[in-house]
Amino acid sequence: MKLMDPSKMQARMHRRIYQNNILKYIFLLATLFGLVVLATLIIRVLNDGLGWIDFNFLTGRLSNDAERAGIMGAILGTFWLMVVVAPVTLIVGIGTAIFLELYLKKGKAQSFIQTNISNLAGVPSIVYGILGLTIFVRLMDMGNIVLAGGLTLSLLVLPIIIVAAQEAIRAVPSFLTEASYGMGATKWQTIKNIILPAALPGMLTGAILALSRAIGETAPLTVIGIPALIIPFPSGITDKFTALPMQIYYWTLDSSLVAEYANLAAATIVVLLLLLFILNSTAIFIRNKFQQRY
Amino acid sequence: MARENFEEKLLQLKNQVLLMSEMAKIALTQAVHALDKQDEIQAQTIIEQDQQINDLEDEINNYAIWLIAKEQPVAKDLRHLVTTLKVTNDIERIGDLAVNIAKAVQTIGNETVHVEKKAIIHMAETVEKMIDVVIEAFFHEDIDKALTVAEMDDKVDKQYAETVTEMLHYMADNRNEINAITQLAFVSRYLERVADHVTNISESIIYLVKGKYVDLN
Amino acid sequence: MSISFVTETPKKELPSIHEANKQSNQVVFDTKQLNLWYGDTHALKEVDLLIYEKEITAIIGPSGCGKSTYLKTLNRMVELVPTVKISGNITYKNKDILDRSFKVEELRTLVGMVFQKPNPFPKSIYDNVAYGAKIHGIRNKKILDEIVERSLKGAALWDEVKDRLKENAYGLSGGQQQRLCIARTLAIEPDVILMDEPTSALDPISTSKIEELIQTLKKDYSIIIVTHNMQQAARISDRTAFFLNGEVVEYDKTEKLFSNPNDKRTEDYITGRFG
Repeated sequence: MKLMDPSKMQARMHRRIYQNNILKYIFLLATLFGLVVLATLIIRVLNDGLGWIDFNFLTGRLSNDAERAGIMGAILGTFWLMVVVAPVTLIVGIGTAIFLELYLKKGKAQSFIQTNISNLAGVPSIVYGILGLTIFVRLMDMGNIVLAGGLTLSLLVLPIIIVAAQEAIRAVPSFLTEASYGMGATKWQTIKNIILPAALPGMLTGAILALSRAIGETAPLTVIGIPALIIPFPSGITDKFTALPMQIYYWTLDSSLVAEYANLAAATIVVLLLLLFILNSTAIFIRNKFQQRY
Repeated sequence: MARENFEEKLLQLKNQVLLMSEMAKIALTQAVHALDKQDEIQAQTIIEQDQQINDLEDEINNYAIWLIAKEQPVAKDLRHLVTTLKVTNDIERIGDLAVNIAKAVQTIGNETVHVEKKAIIHMAETVEKMIDVVIEAFFHEDIDKALTVAEMDDKVDKQYAETVTEMLHYMADNRNEINAITQLAFVSRYLERVADHVTNISESIIYLVKGKYVDLN
Repeated sequence: MSISFVTETPKKELPSIHEANKQSNQVVFDTKQLNLWYGDTHALKEVDLLIYEKEITAIIGPSGCGKSTYLKTLNRMVELVPTVKISGNITYKNKDILDRSFKVEELRTLVGMVFQKPNPFPKSIYDNVAYGAKIHGIRNKKILDEIVERSLKGAALWDEVKDRLKENAYGLSGGQQQRLCIARTLAIEPDVILMDEPTSALDPISTSKIEELIQTLKKDYSIIIVTHNMQQAARISDRTAFFLNGEVVEYDKTEKLFSNPNDKRTEDYITGRFG
């Protein structure tokens, strides 16, 4: 005797297939929502800003005259910020990840630190700004220079890099590390020869994504008092500076006074987006190119 | 309990071996009977039927070899199959010896034999009993029973010696019966050989159970 | 005359074909009352085992019986599990390997290991084999070349890979990868090679190549192999230990254990009537 009645199954068949199709469209709608909003944003920005991007805009100094204003100062500021953020976060982030994953014994201390790092990744960026203002700008008396801003942004993205690097280390198959230990390699030799080469693509991908987050951050820089004034181009990490997102922020703020500032903001957004696009592509390229096969 | 299928096949194989030994025993009993009655027709039947025992041996051996190949047995399973191969060889030889006795019956033919055949019949009875015991020992894998076979073999050896001596004495006085008496001496020799094969089988049983070789002869 | 000649032939001159009748070699590993816990799980219970030099010792038993754990204790790889606790004694040539003063790096150079799944590094064939030598500080290119060639020859892989040493090891077949892992282990010139189910991920042809190789390696190395394949244990090993629930139920010459085991549980396991 069949426990499943074929005629009843047949009756339910139609409904099951119908349900299946409906859900497919619901998920499609969910995807479209994000895509449409993003596309609208990009179209508007391109519409407003694209016409304003020219050689002068990219290489010129800041000016109150919208026609003559350029963003070279902000580009250089962002560049110098990266010069600080990239090495600091990579060295500290990967170092922390290696310690947490490979040296620290699993236990209460480890899980306490782990939880806090995860929590830190969720702390609003403005809080990091206040932290940076207190420690680097005031306590260490740096003033609002590139180093102070860079260190502040480093703090902001460190948890992201640490978590990404931990994931990358965890993704290294244990059979590789066992093989290395099994031949009498020390922990450091195993880390250097086996774990890091295998984990580096993942770590770099995480780092670049974190960097692009740092590039786009505004709030912490506002808090530590980064100006958008007409100042000399920064030529080192101890100079005062402005950055691309700050430029966008101030121009947007002042667009009620000078209407063209809105277009300048849009043009800067295009440049920033392009920069982020390049960084993210690099991340994907690195991941695909150096990913090891095993 | 795993490997039920294999166990089932081992049991089938064992039953075939028992069947074969029954056939050999019947052949022997009939041969002795034919000798007693000097029945040449029965002797001929025994000779013809021996082929069945040989065929069964081939069948059992082929199957045992196939089981070794496909089941890759170890330990007792392997000993079981190896023992089967050895035991069937001994049983086949017992069948051949029954044929030899039947041929002796034909050679004697209807010559008048005055010598007393009782000693030989008596010896044959002991040998038949040995076969019964060894069949049972094989079926139950009973070492104690297998060991009693060895004792009975000693008895057969003694009977054989006595019988042959008796025959030789008789032959000295009855020159005209020399052919028949020689055949009878052969028959007692054949019976003694059967007892040896039965003893071999009990050695195999002990190997099957204990994994050790013992020399009972 | 001729008959008496035959009977006078001295019996002892006949060479025995039975491996089991050979004399025992020297002891490499002496395990005494070894107990091991993973957290609260008692994984090895009062294990006593003597492993002999230049023999192949097989360890068999059902899954979770502790056989791999025992193997990994012999080169202290088991310590990679954080919750592990060990008591008892294991001596390697009379040195206590569980003593903290015995450095694991030194132990693992003496006692190499081949794993269940072929696990070459995602590097070239050459770099895989040279890895061990490099971590032990050998930089001389000539010596490294020689080590690589000798190890690959030792693992019967040289002829297949000599023209593509610079290629990635993952381009090799599974069986070749496993032989590469054996070559990689040979390169550190160990005394003992531990093998944890080295053929369980391989096809039958690769398996028999590895089995042949293992038997050739016996000349120069003491080999301890954990295997699920009982026919394999019977084919290649000199001694076999049967583990069950963390205990050694029976340990004997392989020929004895597989033809006439002492313990009923061993008999049930090797004849496939377990449980």
